[in-house]
Amino acid sequence: MGYSDKVRTLYQEQLKALQDAGIFKQERFIHSAQAADIEVEFPTGSSLKKVINMCANNYLGLSSHPDVVRAAHEGLDRRGYGMSSVRFICGTQDIHRELEQRVTEFLGTEATILFPSCMDANAGVFEAILTADDVMISDRLVHASIVDGIRLCSAMHDTFKHSNMEHLENKLQLHADKRLKVVITDGVFSMDGDTAKLDEMVALCEKYDAMVFVDESHASGFIGKTGRGTHEKCGVVGKIDIITTTFGKALGGASGGCVSGRRELVEMCRQKARPYLFSNTIAPVVVSGVLKVLEILSKSTERRDKLETNTAYWRQGLTEAGFVLKEGDTPIVPVMLFNAKLSQDISRDLYAEGIYAIGFFFPVVPQGQARIRTQISAGHEKHHLDQALDAFNKVGQKYNILGKTKQEIIDMYGM
Amino acid sequence: MEDMKEIILKYVIDEYLEDDSDEIGFDTPLISGGIVDSFSMVSLKRFLENKYKISIPDEKATPEAFDSVNKICTLVNAFLK
Repeated sequence: MGYSDKVRTLYQEQLKALQDAGIFKQERFIHSAQAADIEVEFPTGSSLKKVINMCANNYLGLSSHPDVVRAAHEGLDRRGYGMSSVRFICGTQDIHRELEQRVTEFLGTEATILFPSCMDANAGVFEAILTADDVMISDRLVHASIVDGIRLCSAMHDTFKHSNMEHLENKLQLHADKRLKVVITDGVFSMDGDTAKLDEMVALCEKYDAMVFVDESHASGFIGKTGRGTHEKCGVVGKIDIITTTFGKALGGASGGCVSGRRELVEMCRQKARPYLFSNTIAPVVVSGVLKVLEILSKSTERRDKLETNTAYWRQGLTEAGFVLKEGDTPIVPVMLFNAKLSQDISRDLYAEGIYAIGFFFPVVPQGQARIRTQISAGHEKHHLDQALDAFNKVGQKYNILGKTKQEIIDMYGM
Repeated sequence: MEDMKEIILKYVIDEYLEDDSDEIGFDTPLISGGIVDSFSMVSLKRFLENKYKISIPDEKATPEAFDSVNKICTLVNAFLK
C-alpha cells in the first residue's frame, strides 16, 4: 500500500500547519437557492440561520431568476442532462453554437469559443496562441487563473506595476524585439474592485504593436452603460483582441466561460487549447440558462442600473459610517481592516448580526491589507442594504474603528 | 563597479518597490527576501543584457545569482568582455 502511515502523517502535518497559521478554509453550507436572503448551516451541524448575503458574485441577481430557471428546465427537457463528450467529438449541440454567437454579439467581438470555466479559458488561451518567440506582459494583480495560464505557456513573461501605464510603456519598449506581444489585465480587479485603464492601454498597444487581453469575469453583464463590460465603459469596444469571461458570476452564476475576440485567435483555441480539447462540453442545462440571461440583458439595462444605484447607496452608507474603503465605483466594495485577525473577528460578529461577509487576508491579499470584501447585487433591496449598514455600524463601533484612519486602525490592531 | 551597483540598485527600486516600501541596499536579499519574484526576474535579466550589451544564459540566471545587487554585479562582470 503506497498510502502508508508515514505518508498520511506528512499530509496531516501539512493540514495542521494551515490550521495553525489561521488559513485553513472551511465551507459554509447554504440550504437555499443563491439570493440576497439565504439560509446557512455554520458551523457545520448547527441549526439554519437566515442571513443577508453580501459576498456573492451574483451581481445581477440572476442566479435564481425564475425566467432563467425556467429556461434551464426547458433546456434540460429538450437537450438532455449531459453530453458525455468533449466538444469536438460529439459534444457540440446547436445551442452551443447559438451561445457562442450570442456572446460574440453581446461583447462586440468577432468570434467566441466556450470553455468549461473561465479558469480553463485562462489556463488554455496563452499556450494556444503564443510561442517562445513572444512575450506576455501582465498587470501584477491579475487573477490567479491568468497566472496559471501564463505558467503553462512557453512565451516570455514580464509584469508591470498595477495599472501603471508609464511602467507598461517601459515594458513594451523593453520587449520591442519580440515577435508578438500581449498585454494582460483584469477588466475589474476582483480584490480591490478597481477598473483597468483600457482606453490608455489600447492606445499604448496600438503604438507598440501589441495585442490586448482582458479578463472580464467581474465586469460582463453590468460594467458600462449597457453592461457589455470594461471595454464599453472605456470606449474601446471592438479594440480588445482577447476577452475571457465567466458565466459563473453575473451571467447566471452556474458555470462555464469563454474566450471571445479576434476570429483567428478563437480558432487557434478551438484547435489547440487543452482545457477545450480535453474537458467536457458545458451541460445543455447551463447553456440554456445563459442564453436566457443574455436575452434578458439585451432587452433592458434595468438590472445593471439597479446594481449601480445599490452600489452608490452602499458606498455612501459605509463612507458616512466612517469605514476606510478602497476607492472605486464597481459593486466590489472592500472594507479595509488591515489586520487579519480583525477581519476574521468582524466577519464573525457580522454573521451573528445576520450578515454574511467574508474576511480576506494574506496570502489572498497582500500582507497588511486584510479586509472584508462586500459585493453588491441587483438582487439586494434597500431594506437588505439598510440592515447590513446597521450591522456594520454596530460591529464597527464595537471595535472602535469608525472614523479612524488607516494608520489609527493599524496602531490599534497592528498589520 | 560603483556606477554599476548604483544603476542596478536604482533599477530594482524603480522596478519592484512600491512607494511605501522600506529602503534596500546592495546586499538586501531580493529573491529570497520576496522583493523580486521569479516571474519578474525576466525584466531584470533583459535590462542587464540591454544595458551592458551581454547575453546571460538561462542556466546562469538563477535565483541565487540574482539574490542581491552585489551578486548581480558579480554575474554581469563575468560576462563583460
